[in-house]
Amino acid sequence: MRRFFQSDFFYAFTRSPLAMVSLFVVALMVLSAVFANFIAPTNPFDPASLNLMNGFTAPMEANIFTGEKFLLGTDDQGRDLFSAILYGLRVSLFVGMMAVGLAMVLGVLLGLIAGYVGGWLDTLIMRLADIQMTFPSILIAMLIFGVARGLLPPELREEMAITVLILSIGLSEWVNFARTVRGSTMVEKEKEYVAAARLIGLNRWQIMLRHILPNVLGPVLVIATITLALAIIAEATLSFLGVGAPRTEPSLGTLIRIGQDFLFSGEWWILLFPALSLLALALSVNLFGDWLRDTLNPRLR
Amino acid sequence: MLRFFLLTATALSLTVTAASAETIRWARAGDSLTLDPHSQNEGPTHALAHQIYDPLLQRDMSGAIIPALATEWATLPGNPNVWRFKLREGVTFHDGAAFDAEDVVFSLNRAKADTSEMQELLASVIDIRAVDAYTVDLETEGANPLMINNLTNTFMMDQGWAEANDVAKPLDHNAGQTTYATSNTNGTGAFMLVSRAVDEKTVLKANPNYWGADIYPNEVSEIIYTPIQSSATRVAALLSGEVDIIQDVPVQDLGRVADTAGLKVATAAQNRVIFFGVDNAEGPTSDVRVRQAMNMAINRDAIKSIVMRDQSDPTGVIMPPFVNGWTDALNEFPSYDIDAAKALMADAGYADGFDIALNCPNDRYINDEAICQAAVGMMGQIGINVTLDARPKAQHFPFIKEGNSDFWMLGWGVPTFDSHYIFNYLLHTNIGSRGSWNPTGFSNAEVDAMIVSLESETDLAARDATIAKIWEIVQAEQVHLPIHNQVLNWGMSENINFDVQPEDQPHFQFLTFN
Amino acid sequence: MLLIILRRLGQSVFVLFLVAFISFMIFRYVGNPVDNLLGQEATTERREALIESLGLNDPLHEQYFGFVFRALQFDFGVSYRTGEPVAEMILNRLPATIELALVSAVFAILLGVVAGVYTAINRRGFIANTILSTSLIGVSLPTFLIGVLLIWVFAVELKWLPSFGRGTSVDLGFWSTGFLTVSGLKSLILPGIMLGLYQMTLIMRLTRAEMLEVLRQDYIKFAKARGLSDRTVYFGHALKNTLVPVITIAGLQLGSIVAFAIITETVFQWPGVGLMFINAVYFVDIPVMSAYLLLVGTLFVLINLIVDLLYLLIDPRLRDGQLRGAES
Repeated sequence: MRRFFQSDFFYAFTRSPLAMVSLFVVALMVLSAVFANFIAPTNPFDPASLNLMNGFTAPMEANIFTGEKFLLGTDDQGRDLFSAILYGLRVSLFVGMMAVGLAMVLGVLLGLIAGYVGGWLDTLIMRLADIQMTFPSILIAMLIFGVARGLLPPELREEMAITVLILSIGLSEWVNFARTVRGSTMVEKEKEYVAAARLIGLNRWQIMLRHILPNVLGPVLVIATITLALAIIAEATLSFLGVGAPRTEPSLGTLIRIGQDFLFSGEWWILLFPALSLLALALSVNLFGDWLRDTLNPRLR
Repeated sequence: MLRFFLLTATALSLTVTAASAETIRWARAGDSLTLDPHSQNEGPTHALAHQIYDPLLQRDMSGAIIPALATEWATLPGNPNVWRFKLREGVTFHDGAAFDAEDVVFSLNRAKADTSEMQELLASVIDIRAVDAYTVDLETEGANPLMINNLTNTFMMDQGWAEANDVAKPLDHNAGQTTYATSNTNGTGAFMLVSRAVDEKTVLKANPNYWGADIYPNEVSEIIYTPIQSSATRVAALLSGEVDIIQDVPVQDLGRVADTAGLKVATAAQNRVIFFGVDNAEGPTSDVRVRQAMNMAINRDAIKSIVMRDQSDPTGVIMPPFVNGWTDALNEFPSYDIDAAKALMADAGYADGFDIALNCPNDRYINDEAICQAAVGMMGQIGINVTLDARPKAQHFPFIKEGNSDFWMLGWGVPTFDSHYIFNYLLHTNIGSRGSWNPTGFSNAEVDAMIVSLESETDLAARDATIAKIWEIVQAEQVHLPIHNQVLNWGMSENINFDVQPEDQPHFQFLTFN
Repeated sequence: MLLIILRRLGQSVFVLFLVAFISFMIFRYVGNPVDNLLGQEATTERREALIESLGLNDPLHEQYFGFVFRALQFDFGVSYRTGEPVAEMILNRLPATIELALVSAVFAILLGVVAGVYTAINRRGFIANTILSTSLIGVSLPTFLIGVLLIWVFAVELKWLPSFGRGTSVDLGFWSTGFLTVSGLKSLILPGIMLGLYQMTLIMRLTRAEMLEVLRQDYIKFAKARGLSDRTVYFGHALKNTLVPVITIAGLQLGSIVAFAIITETVFQWPGVGLMFINAVYFVDIPVMSAYLLLVGTLFVLINLIVDLLYLLIDPRLRDGQLRGAES
């Protein structure tokens, strides 16, 4: 059964050029992010290595002061954009994946409990979800960010910025997972195999995690993919509101925020390359998620 | 569907209504906070108030003091504690009421009220008296030779109007009240309020009975003032011809504005200096050699040419050139010298550097965060490992004022154009009403005594000598790390002639059309 | 039935108080308003006196209950920043935000439903697949960038549409509208697109999925077999059954429209409540921030409640106390 599903799945994959291309792009970007320190010619996170006089160098043109050349040019601080994008990709992907991981673990667990146990726990969790929905996610993220920044000592703030981003995005995206898992769990728990498991004396956790969970994972995977794209974009949006990754260790979103200042002034590359990278990443993840959704569960909306 | 939108858009764009030639559409980043002239001591608020209200005397477009509602002023012969103002006769408020000495007494007392934000500027004033209908005496505690410098943003209101509308005192933030004067005006200025929606649009029209009708060009008949916070949008509005003049053009967009047909950029030095503060009392920066090393490691020319696009004036002293006490020698800054800086660090016992956090605002000064970011790299060159903490000004200023920071950015405007203003806030020991912006821990009893003595010294030559002496001590101690003086850039339509004012306050009665 | 509604109402009120409390927590950390209020000349004594008299030194729970107590009497105090009464500020700015949200919602629903139906009917078509893929571009870029790009293309380069503000609005006494003037309508286009783009994509995909689902149903097959025209089948039967879930989800999405209005209004200097909120955050204008968050909270609790009650009315199976099962 399982092998059949897998081969079917794989067959569908080989039949879809869009899925293959998007997965290829995602894989390429993940690999470049992971190996950024080997690929990138400079370390953009080391401020002491930057030469301000290299600032605003156009792609493949020699800087008028230093004569140095850069593949994709430099930003306003003389940072090599190619390196900055690779490292920024790493930050964006790391924040996105960790945030989705957090949202997924939290959402799946709460969803399982709510759906399986029911009763007042269900009410509590779903009201919690309501509160969450009541607050739009970027407001929640701003709130968490503001509180964390106020509580942390100044030395820790910059290092903690990434953690806080993960927490704020993760905590604002768990509801979708919880609602979906809760719904599927309520359906699954009426099925015979669950009744059988209960009969042989398995406890609740064993039933939830070993038996129900594998059967509700399909939609979770789809939601995770789509949420990954959402989280990467959310990080960029937060950086526009001034609560994203710091300028000294920028994510793609921070690079775009910096770059948009130079839209009218002719330094197009500072905006264009980070924006294209983000677009390629988010678009591929979205396209792949789309295909995944159609393939795994054509009925899932 | 998209084509539908484009077609609609084209059709709509044909019906653009051209504004009349005398209308000025003016935009800047922030709106005025209130129309009450004494409720806030803040740039954009004063800039709008200057169109509607007049002070006794004001700064013209070059920064020089010129008469406004007072025509003459001097201390009484033999009594330097009393300033006598002769008032302009025949001036009326927008509602027709006559302006006289009682209004001045009322307005200055209102500005001194405990809910006024202008009170610190009048702190030395102990009595305000009407001598006759057009003469007012202002008595200070001890002589205050520079009193008039404090009056250029203190506006005159009509006593009768204020009392009738129950606004004899400025708004009290704590009492949860709102007042008539917050959204209504009755001034003597060149323009009258037509309508106002905060953060959206304020419309003013020319005052037909303006006292300056024959003095200034007065070619503007209507002002439409719209704050636009997003800098990209503000520049876009100018480029697309939706506004005629914007203040605060981002430095990177100056070229684009200047190259656009029909637009030009006007530039002037601003009366504001940007610098880094460091802890002088504790930690590695308490060693003067470390501070000097840091000062040498700042590549001011690179900051000027790359971060500021040449729109700054690097300096070695925390004092803009407008200020009494400024000299070329003080303004000199050490050349960028990493080796010398490293040697000083080694001397001080920090050859391996140290870790420090730099606190920086990200919404206050021109490219504040980018300057700090550049400084992080420059300090890295001499082994100082800097963590940058950039925050909105509402968090930055309380944080540094409470002495929590070891290394921070601050900017300082000098509305009185005198060194004493800098000394009193930034260099006097932080105690009582003085030194409120001095979290450096720098405290020198001799300097403190000299700062206080400046307030009543009437011999201007002796006073200037004291100022020079204070600067000498301060510079030798390297209390702060100066960066540059800001430069103001106004982008405007080519068909208007308008000078940039060093306090960033456009006075539209001076504007002329081509 | 009545009992369920009452219990649900009680829960909503509780949620609202919690929302208010959480939003109140944030104020400790967004900064301190006194330096904005006092200007650079203020003495340390005056600073401390102001902190004390604004009640910023009081215990948090006292500040909170004071706020809730006054809010219950519709007294939100006076803005630190502008000195205007907060309730009045909100009422003055609400029309701008509501009109913008309305335009973007109409744009999103109209375009989304049309494109969704089209892509469902022409499932394998090249155009349909192109629409589906390109629509993802809109959600793969941060909205602020889309806004700035729209301004760049349509205001700066083409000079077709205004880059900021609402144009000329007509004051109807209780409501100032931008619908009645040409400049007001033109001003709505770019921000409306920016705000509606994300929802449009969402609605399009939702409509497509629902439509495909419905088209699989037996009654559609019967209808086709009976010889009804494609047009009647698609628009008379299928679309009608598709719209209920689409409208429901679109309604629930109102939350993100209001949240993203903050960004749209900042980019376009749109004088609504979102811009008011972001200015309040910059200035640490606590009365305005509290009132805004309470307003947004109330709005969403209301939407949630209405959706729940609607479900209750539509689907009697849920009346045994289980509200809103697996609707997502």
